[in-house]
Amino acid sequence: MNKKSVIGTSLILTATAVLAGCVAMDAGNKAAPVAKAPTDAEIVALLKASFKNTPSAGHNRLDQSPLQKACTEASRTGKPVDDKVRISLQEAAMASVKYPADGKYLGDWKKGEAIAQNGRGLQYTDAVGAASGGNCYACHQIDKKEIAHGNIGPTLWNYGKLRGGPTPEITKYTWTRIWNTHAFNACVNMPRFGDAGILTEAQIKDVMALLLDPASPVNQ
Amino acid sequence: MKKLIVTALAAVFAVSSLPLTAQDAQKEIERYRQLLADGNPAELLEMRGEALWKQKRGPKNATMEACDLGLGAGKVAGVNAVLPRYFADVDRVMDLESRIVHCEITLQGFTMAELTKRPHSLAQSERQTDHEALTAYVVGQSRGAKVNVPQTHVKEQESFLRGEKMFFFKGGPYDFACATCHGVDGQRIRLQDLPNFQKADNAQRAFTTWPAYRVSQGAMRTMQWRLLDCFRQQRLPELEFLSPASIDLITYMGVKGKNGVMDAPAIKR
Repeated sequence: MNKKSVIGTSLILTATAVLAGCVAMDAGNKAAPVAKAPTDAEIVALLKASFKNTPSAGHNRLDQSPLQKACTEASRTGKPVDDKVRISLQEAAMASVKYPADGKYLGDWKKGEAIAQNGRGLQYTDAVGAASGGNCYACHQIDKKEIAHGNIGPTLWNYGKLRGGPTPEITKYTWTRIWNTHAFNACVNMPRFGDAGILTEAQIKDVMALLLDPASPVNQ
Repeated sequence: MKKLIVTALAAVFAVSSLPLTAQDAQKEIERYRQLLADGNPAELLEMRGEALWKQKRGPKNATMEACDLGLGAGKVAGVNAVLPRYFADVDRVMDLESRIVHCEITLQGFTMAELTKRPHSLAQSERQTDHEALTAYVVGQSRGAKVNVPQTHVKEQESFLRGEKMFFFKGGPYDFACATCHGVDGQRIRLQDLPNFQKADNAQRAFTTWPAYRVSQGAMRTMQWRLLDCFRQQRLPELEFLSPASIDLITYMGVKGKNGVMDAPAIKR
């Protein structure tokens, strides 16, 4: 047999094998379509069809902001947000921060502790317009006396003491963090307590005092 | 001298019985969990559920004994380990609770409206509902079964893909997704440990111990309730009972919890 016919034969054999394989696959898979990955739009529609729309918690909570969309994608894929996008999200977050008009940043640390302990507000079971807590102890150690604290965020024990007290820089930084933490790093898991309207300006001042007032138990 | 020793000993015992750190508290909680394990009130609910299952009820005056929960008509044992799954008679994926409701409608003649009106006993000291009892019974019959939620039908696969996408969906004023709490190792909220669903052993432990009797609520809570309550605390709206999203998320969790050994209804804080 010459070289050409050997190659020719082997080509034919290969082609036949491939075709036979295709036929076999086709016969077996005729009734088995491939699973389709859901689109973003499908998921939002699915969610809206699965949740009630009530005054205390409406469907608008299922509309994602650009920040939520970007951070969802990063979390799902494990790929961090593209640098350019990340910086623009951080700049937008920074621009959203509202500082106290009267220039006073510290309230009452006793009230701040109560706000940190309170996990209520903005749930569908909560009354519309009722005051929220910050639920800070869910994720943070704050006053060391409170041992029932979470570990999702860093410890805030001695927060002010370790940073030289309520200096103008630290005060402004802390306020910005609480108002909209994404100003510093987009997609951190902490809620936007000021930007999302979770806590009022007065409540944030009280939490600021808990963290920064030298008299606060946190700084003993 | 004796008084001094007694006082000193009392002081030592007083101090040593106080959990001084979150870690100490965790050890106490683990001890509490072990004490709880002996004697689960959910077993009483399982017994009530079994009686209900075998009782002629509804306009059709029929029992639930012909119900096909996924392993054939009348087979109850092991079903919770292989649900959610595709059901040809409804051409969609159903979880355990939607399948129980489906059988109550088709076999016994109840309406969807009456069965979905109040499935969970949420009021203080409220008697557990028939739905909770039926669920407890069926789930209990899967103790020891190995989790193997099927992914053979295309609709089962698509349910998983939707569940997965939703698991990471950040929404609401808190920007919380399921993954916010359940996507990282070793996290806890207050003193409640959170399973990381990206870790097989965590996912197995979570999927095999719900439904569970919640001691702090004095009631057994189902998987549908578990999702409802997560979303409440996430500040998302109220989840509809048996909603498509709920079924897809349970599919996702079940697939992630593959090979776990069913141990439900369990008992929890």
